[in-house]
Amino acid sequence: MEIAASKVIFYIIAAAILFFALLSVTSKRILRAATYLFIVLISTAALYFLLNYQFLGAVQIALYAGGIVVMIIFSILLTSHAGQKFEPVSRLKFFASLLAVLVGWALSLWVILSHPFVASSKEAVEVNMDSIGKALLSYDRNGYVLVFEVISILLLAAMIGAIVISKKQPGDGETNPDNSKTSK
Amino acid sequence: MQGVLYDFTGLIQSIDAVFRASMSDLWATVLEYAIIGIIYLVIYALIGLFLVYAERKVCAFIQVRLGPNRVGPKGFFQTIADFIKLLLKENIKIKNADGVLFNLAPFIVIVASFLTFGTVPFAKGLQGIDLNIGVFFIMAVSSMGVVGILLGGWSSNSKYSLIGAMRSGAQIVSYELSVGLSLVTMVILTGTMQLSQIIELQSDGWFIFKGHIPALISLIIMMIASTAEINRGPFDLAEAESELTAGYHTEYSGIKFAFFYLSEYMNMFVVSALVATVFFGGWMPLHIGSWQAFNHIMDFIPPIIWFILKSFALMYVIMLFKWTFPRLRIDQLLKLEWQYLLPISLFNVLLMAFVVYMKWYF
Repeated sequence: MEIAASKVIFYIIAAAILFFALLSVTSKRILRAATYLFIVLISTAALYFLLNYQFLGAVQIALYAGGIVVMIIFSILLTSHAGQKFEPVSRLKFFASLLAVLVGWALSLWVILSHPFVASSKEAVEVNMDSIGKALLSYDRNGYVLVFEVISILLLAAMIGAIVISKKQPGDGETNPDNSKTSK
Repeated sequence: MQGVLYDFTGLIQSIDAVFRASMSDLWATVLEYAIIGIIYLVIYALIGLFLVYAERKVCAFIQVRLGPNRVGPKGFFQTIADFIKLLLKENIKIKNADGVLFNLAPFIVIVASFLTFGTVPFAKGLQGIDLNIGVFFIMAVSSMGVVGILLGGWSSNSKYSLIGAMRSGAQIVSYELSVGLSLVTMVILTGTMQLSQIIELQSDGWFIFKGHIPALISLIIMMIASTAEINRGPFDLAEAESELTAGYHTEYSGIKFAFFYLSEYMNMFVVSALVATVFFGGWMPLHIGSWQAFNHIMDFIPPIIWFILKSFALMYVIMLFKWTFPRLRIDQLLKLEWQYLLPISLFNVLLMAFVVYMKWYF
């Protein structure tokens, strides 16, 4: 009974993911498409919670729903106005992308169906914070400290890049008076 | 102390046993979820209504007025009357607004706030969800609310709403960093993110005393940054009445406006509850070292009373902020975060790590 119930919940979540993913790519208004993407990402987090992998679920919500979607919405807010709609795509483009979708779909379906999945008989374990933290920062066989540090350097480089790009050139001072001087 | 008021675990377990004896496991689970959901919704609405009333009274106290005093004793039922009025109001359809997003936005905001409310530990055994990653979960889920605010502001097709939403977005995204870092500081001390365990660890002293200097710095940063994150004064630029009429919810009416309003007050409650849990021991009574008699008297007060007292005291402080300080300008607001709070909290994380490494805590 319990297994049947979790199956029902799984199908509800999966249907929501598929439905909103389709809406997200077919919607004519860009902010609606972003909102449907937001719902897809949250439903994916729901899948992780269903699998009892709460850490990944929370990461999914914090990073994708709370971080990346907010950034997407911000950039839409700054670049477009309400009521703006996409042009309908040309027929050639439509059929070309339909073909690409079908090929991709068939390929992944073939891979999934031909792979023999072995059901694990192990008891489900709760992945707690302690083990994740230790794995991230340990440098023995199952540790990820190198990956962790490399990603930190990548993030640092991205941050410095963003600062350099958005930094004002010396000549811009006249057109954009700096507020920080007047506030003192 | 074996009374039911002191430990709800037994009561909840016996209710669970009754359900499971009378029906199959699946239906018992479904029914329990439904009942708990309804109870939480009712408590959510009731606390929200009470907070609106409390805010008006605090505001009146500071401005030397009486505040609401006609409906019920001391105007206690004023907010209920207001709530009925809001329910009966028309849901105005905005011309040229994006209908789908306009209607969806209040729900995103209130769902995000309700999910955080579910993790609040009211007393021993009285907690909706007690995840292993509790503190992180609260941070993650509460960051969803800003999406609702941005969508609501944009889809209203009004300049006031849009400016309000942009301000609130910039503000929440920046101040989230300080809130997160001050919580990380405390997690270094606690060694766990599970809210129930954090409280258990404080049975011999609250973390504000155990962690002394870094904990105090972290508490001050947390109070400032979370006041900004829930868009309350003096950081209420997102709805600055004098400039933007009502900010991102200018165009909303009726129950949709009530959703925004309620979730704002409930976010304040969740923030206070979180601060009370992490710094002031949640529902743990106040214990002082070896004062046996004093500790016994404190134990006599039920945990739920302790919890309510602590979180309402913190909310009173947040309300005092709003009615005491003038509103900040947007550049001052961002400067406060990026030039002062963030460097201090980064340094504080280091300080706390050092204190924990040297075992200089109690």
